[in-house]
Amino acid sequence: MIYQGKQKIWSDYQKETPADGWFYVRSCIRQSFFPASEKYFLAICRDLLGKDIYESEHHTTCGGIAYHCDTIPQETAMTIVARQFALMTEAGYKNLVTSCITSFGNYTEILETWREFPELEARIRENLWKATRREFEKPEYVAHASDLVYKFRNEIAERAKYRLVDVHTGKPLKIVEHIGCHYSKMFPHKGIGGAEYPCVLSGMVDSWGGEVIDYPERRHCCGFGFRQYMVKANRGYSVSNTHKKFESMEPYHPDAIITNCPGCPYFLDRWQYVISEQTGKTYGQNGFGIPVFTYEELAGLVLGYDSWDLGLQIHQVAVEPLLDKMGVQYDPANKYLGIDKEKLMKPALPSCLKCF
Amino acid sequence: MNYFEELNKDYRFKEGFHTCINCGTCTAVCPAAEFYKYDPRKIVSIVQTKDNNAIEALLKSETIWYCGECMSCVTRCPRKNGPGLVIMALRDLSIRLGFFTESEKGRQIYPLTKALNGNILNYGYCVHPETFKYKDHPESGPVFEWVLNNKKQVYGRLGANYQGKGPGALRHISQEDLDELKAIYDVTGGTERLELVEKYSQAKAEQMGMSMEEYTEFTFSHCSPGHFNNED
Ligand code: SF4
Ligand code: SF4
Ligand code: SF4
Repeated sequence: MIYQGKQKIWSDYQKETPADGWFYVRSCIRQSFFPASEKYFLAICRDLLGKDIYESEHHTTCGGIAYHCDTIPQETAMTIVARQFALMTEAGYKNLVTSCITSFGNYTEILETWREFPELEARIRENLWKATRREFEKPEYVAHASDLVYKFRNEIAERAKYRLVDVHTGKPLKIVEHIGCHYSKMFPHKGIGGAEYPCVLSGMVDSWGGEVIDYPERRHCCGFGFRQYMVKANRGYSVSNTHKKFESMEPYHPDAIITNCPGCPYFLDRWQYVISEQTGKTYGQNGFGIPVFTYEELAGLVLGYDSWDLGLQIHQVAVEPLLDKMGVQYDPANKYLGIDKEKLMKPALPSCLKCF
Repeated sequence: MNYFEELNKDYRFKEGFHTCINCGTCTAVCPAAEFYKYDPRKIVSIVQTKDNNAIEALLKSETIWYCGECMSCVTRCPRKNGPGLVIMALRDLSIRLGFFTESEKGRQIYPLTKALNGNILNYGYCVHPETFKYKDHPESGPVFEWVLNNKKQVYGRLGANYQGKGPGALRHISQEDLDELKAIYDVTGGTERLELVEKYSQAKAEQMGMSMEEYTEFTFSHCSPGHFNNED
């Protein structure tokens, strides 16, 4: 089909994500703060939808955070990534799916830079050979894990046990979506919907019955800023940027936030706690915060997986207000159990932010 | 040394530096400019003059360390510049020349380098619960203090393969795989970078009359007044 005008512009931002056959790489942040999200991404894609997604135990970090904190040379970062490509090649896969936006940006930037400067790619191949005796094919397609959940959003909706609808009023729940900077700000045509109209998350919300909120600071960074969070002395930058976003979304009364990058849900969740401790202000109803979710967690809730298996108890902002609105059944007694249902001492409570 | 020529060897600079028309769009959307005394337009503009003294002053300044590398500016620049990429090249050069120890924000490269690369080379990941200390991260909240106090229990419950063999979240990374990462560092200048940062930081610590332990803690935690827009 030949597209013209707006249709042509829009077609540039549509991605034909391959349906199957993926080499999976994990995320430093997601596995540390949202380990169950990685588990349920695989459970949904593999067990529920029958997709082939392979993980090698030998893969590692992409080095993205160290790279964007300026602590490793570009060639080091590129060669670490080249090793991931080698593991993918050795396992017989052509498509790579990452669990992290920083990684997704990193892989994309590297492939684009090599395309422009082939001599650099040749040098990285040499580096990798010298260091590890490995060789690689470049991936035919790099996706972020959310691209796959987006692709399968309607299949998930067909199997939904709950919807993003307030069971008391019948109205769609109001959802803020936060895309994460490195998804499409650097290479807009690599993200679904581009930098202008990214729909990777809003598409999920629409399919699952919710309503996406548009607010002035929708595209503002969550405030991670790499060194601006990793160094204690700089965290004022990080919390100030999150604060700006919350002040901007507050008048729209969001019921929940869905996020793309594994960093964003951590910051949007934890800085609400810090703002409440520092100023006494909370952004949800009746002293609660606005619950923040990864897209895997929200997909898992829609599909009816157990809230505590999904790891929602390790958020600082209580998730129960959203569960109650959705009509999700949960057992408060199971919230803080350990492995094999062992009873653990409960976490301490924040001094201001309301929790269960 | 001609700093502009040196910057021009950096691929990020090649990608991110073209003619700047000083429109200020990058500054308008920049989350760092919002709070810090930081203006990406000015930085690109200074680099564009190719004035060696002015670029040297930048390399020794606080200002190049304020950027968060979010790349929001890349999307918006009408000339296809990437001020964030120019910043990456400036920082890289500042580190290579040892100029980073001249500024408070630049000196933070030391604790960052130690922590992140220590994690990569020992655990295979940039960030890892094994080295994530609640005292350094009170913002992670009482709930994460609880997770850290019950790592095996909680991570196990949530389906991670915590410190286990085979694939999975938070699995143990084998020594052979870590050795490959180390070999990559050796071959690509990563190891040399760690040594260089160590050398310049030791000299600075000595000059400031601090042990390396004190220097690490100080550079990680201390923020002097004057960095923010709402301060004099
Ligand atoms: S919005 Fe935040 S954590 Fe998320 S991509 Fe930007 S800097 Fe990364
Ligand atoms: S990359 Fe740096 S200069 Fe560009 S918008 Fe982000 S913080 Fe500002
Ligand atoms: S947006 Fe681009 S052209 Fe405008 S001031 Fe910034 S770098 Fe220069």
